[in-house]
Amino acid sequence: MSTYRIQGATGEWEVVIGLEVHAQVTSNSKLFSGAATAFGAEPNAQVSLIDAAMPGMLPVPNRECIRQAVRTGMAIQAQINKWSRFDRKNYFYADLPQGYQISQLYHPLVGEGSLEIALDDKNPEDTKTIGIERIHVEQDAGKLMHDQHPTMSYVDLNRSGVALMEIVSRPDMRSPAEAGAYLSKLRQILRYVGSCDGNMDQGSMRADVNVSVRRPGEEFGTRTETKNVNSVRFVMQAIEHEANRQVDVLESGGKIVQETRLFDPDSGTTRSMRSKEDAHDYRYFPDPDLLPLELDDAFLEECRASLPELPDAKRHRYESALGLSAYNAGVLTADVDTARWFEVLLAATAAKAGKSEADVAKQASNWLISELFGALNKLGKGLDDSPVSPEGGAELLALVADGTISGSIAKQVLEKMLESGDGAAAIVEREGLKQTTDTGAIEAAVDAVLAANQDKVEQYKGGKEALFGFFVGQTMKAMQGKGNPQLVNQVLKDKLG
Amino acid sequence: MPNSSDSLTDLGIAAIRDGVAKGDFTAVEVAEAFNANVAAAQDALNAFIVTTPEMALEAARATDARRAAGQPLGKMGGVPIGMKDLFATKGVQTTAASHILEGFKPEYESTVGQKLWDAGAGMLGKLNLDQFAMGSSNETSYFGNVISPWRRNDGGNAPLAPGGSSGGSSAAVSARLCPAATGTDTGGSIRQPAAFTGISGIKPTYGRCSRWGIVAFASSLDQAGPMARDVRDCAIMLEAMAGFDPKDSTSLDLPVPEWEAGLSGDLKGKKVGIPREYRVDGLDADVAASWDRGIEWLKDAGAEVVDVSLPHTKYALPTYYIIAPAEASSNLARYDGVRYGLRDLPEGAGLQDMYAATRAAGFGAEVKRRIMIGTYVLSAGFYDAYYTQAQKVRTLISHDFKNAFTQCDVILAPTAPTAAFGLGEMVSDPLAMYLNDVFAVPASLAGLPAMSVPAGLNREGLPLGLQIVGKPFDEQGVLNAGLAIEQRAGFAARPQRWW
Repeated sequence: MSTYRIQGATGEWEVVIGLEVHAQVTSNSKLFSGAATAFGAEPNAQVSLIDAAMPGMLPVPNRECIRQAVRTGMAIQAQINKWSRFDRKNYFYADLPQGYQISQLYHPLVGEGSLEIALDDKNPEDTKTIGIERIHVEQDAGKLMHDQHPTMSYVDLNRSGVALMEIVSRPDMRSPAEAGAYLSKLRQILRYVGSCDGNMDQGSMRADVNVSVRRPGEEFGTRTETKNVNSVRFVMQAIEHEANRQVDVLESGGKIVQETRLFDPDSGTTRSMRSKEDAHDYRYFPDPDLLPLELDDAFLEECRASLPELPDAKRHRYESALGLSAYNAGVLTADVDTARWFEVLLAATAAKAGKSEADVAKQASNWLISELFGALNKLGKGLDDSPVSPEGGAELLALVADGTISGSIAKQVLEKMLESGDGAAAIVEREGLKQTTDTGAIEAAVDAVLAANQDKVEQYKGGKEALFGFFVGQTMKAMQGKGNPQLVNQVLKDKLG
Repeated sequence: MPNSSDSLTDLGIAAIRDGVAKGDFTAVEVAEAFNANVAAAQDALNAFIVTTPEMALEAARATDARRAAGQPLGKMGGVPIGMKDLFATKGVQTTAASHILEGFKPEYESTVGQKLWDAGAGMLGKLNLDQFAMGSSNETSYFGNVISPWRRNDGGNAPLAPGGSSGGSSAAVSARLCPAATGTDTGGSIRQPAAFTGISGIKPTYGRCSRWGIVAFASSLDQAGPMARDVRDCAIMLEAMAGFDPKDSTSLDLPVPEWEAGLSGDLKGKKVGIPREYRVDGLDADVAASWDRGIEWLKDAGAEVVDVSLPHTKYALPTYYIIAPAEASSNLARYDGVRYGLRDLPEGAGLQDMYAATRAAGFGAEVKRRIMIGTYVLSAGFYDAYYTQAQKVRTLISHDFKNAFTQCDVILAPTAPTAAFGLGEMVSDPLAMYLNDVFAVPASLAGLPAMSVPAGLNREGLPLGLQIVGKPFDEQGVLNAGLAIEQRAGFAARPQRWW
């Protein structure tokens, strides 16, 4: 699908991209210790004897972390390896207390899978499959702090031992946009599964970006790996910069060196960190403190049964079963929190109306997307900190549905709900916003409007039927919006008839 | 009824436990007697790195108070023991006999240690050992050699090795500084020192004793076990030490058998295998003779003796000296000067310089040698040729035992190819030193229970040990065969007190 090419001085170049995404597993405790994992704790407040690698301490795998990785694998239709093993990756660094990271090189927990990306929001069925080679689980390292002392560095081990999933793609992406779409899609799925919160600004998800260039259709070129890029936008920037850099090098007769590079978010460029010659020899070998990880069918079945409906399936269902537009279905399923919010709203709205969800889905989705999102946006808020709950939204929609208030009054009520946090019915009652169905009052208002606009009545009767809306508007205005629109229409038609 | 302090320190675990329970003497009297022996021998034998007489007394007072209150005393009630300084002891310096951990006081107690204290034992002190348990003579300790209490009968006073790595444990038990001590065995470190000093020691099946809180040498091989005067004492103490520990992923989730209650020297219906590959060329004549006597004793106990083959025996030592250093090179990476223990930070040094300086100053020569061997065999390009190959051979060695155990219940062999050697005789030749573990290492690689029991003296008047290797989880079979030998060997020799 991608026709992305770099136009070099000597012709076109194709970019080949693979991503290794490190996703922090959502769990209360670390991969091999009972220490907590919450973000933002005081330095070294969440460190067990194991995380600090005290003498004689031993790792014990945390079942929840394994479960989350297995569920993630299932969500990308990957092969789950019932037998896997942990290996030690040995290197010295001050943020790595054991002197090795426990990871899985030889026998990862999750094998081959894939996910579908769509590049065009308007055409979500135009997809490309990106292969995923494997997912393995491993420990995160701690963090060095260089700004605490003039000559020494400090170490915070809170993150040391936290469980990560390393999700390794095939080199299947061919443009920055595809890589961006892949990362977004992966993040969406992880958030649906609940195995990673996807908070890239907190470091819960970060990507190592492998980039090479080649003449279209030729063999892969030599790749570089840009480490720890922590947003979708930065990943796309890093690829663009790195691909162009490689083209420049090749076209000026140079060679690409296989190396590790760093991304500088301020300049959007990459720079060399270390070359292959300087690369560590990690001396991987099976961790003798741990037995192989063997999963039984009951465990796998539990993992499968606990998987939620995934974004693509949900989007299809919203379209086919709820009759929503492709656009609305896409917006509502883009993030798991939006979908959850919508589904509570939908259920409550249907319950109040005594109708099926399909019958109220359009009303609910339109209100959420065109009314609530807009109103929240003005307040600088999102659904997660919305003063209006889905149940509160359903209450408002029910008042519209049963004719208690009109659609335009509903907008006012929503604003008041957002301001005060009060319920829709209470606001309508308090502010006297209830719609008038008293035909006497409506007739009186209509009579007054027609009397005051005799000239327009004549024009209308002369064939200018477009003026009907003007009369409706004037009547509603005279009634402060509280006239029942159907009745107003009816009375007007009768009187003008 | 013994009441002098000398005779109290002649008692083993069972006698002390029973005597305290009956009220023949108090636990405090026992602790005081052993504390005195420890203090009297410390300069000469250097068996302890740290002595903790107050802790021994405190545990003893607790036992006496329990007895006064009519409460049960525990499997080790009133028994003071020595702890190999590889076990983390809360608030008491734990060094693995290395400068790099000098002054390190853990905030935690090893699982095995806690079980022993819970069973009523008290701690006399932390016993010297080969640095990080790497050695067969206790000559690699940063805190000096342990001197064996034994001397040759040639009238010379050449200081002898107590074996290693549990050399402080073996010296202390045989010199009556403690009735029993903990040991750890990675490639013979309980059995060989036990054999060198005329005591008993058992390495249980891998996973019987939790490794949590024991400074790691080679994780897939390390196993704790008791070292004591006789087989019964080993059975009692192993019961107190063993048991499933959820904090150790390799711990065996099995109930602990009542080994003491199951002791029987009657081997009727049992088959004892004699591995032909252990009868190596040039085997010391006294060692060979003691092995032959052992075979006769077991026949006398009712066992049938069969010839078995362990064809991959000759590969065991090279396999061990790939796997153990490989694991050690990684296990010892945590001693980096960052969080605890020694830190050597030269003026203006960066992180890499600090690592280099700390580890150069902190580790002894043998530890460095093994870290380098281990780093080499795991490095890119050599991994398959060494580590992977060694793992395959390890599997073959396990299969050898599995096959042999289709024909026999236990295997009998010498514990070590020689009796104790003199200090300094082997240090310049690491390979000769490594060879001393040739009979011990196969059972370690296969994770099997194995014990050494005293079998007599050689022509120099030094103890020789016989080794019994059993099927996985069959410590009882091993102990029973050991008991049968003990009952017939009549080993009563003990070092003359020269210190």
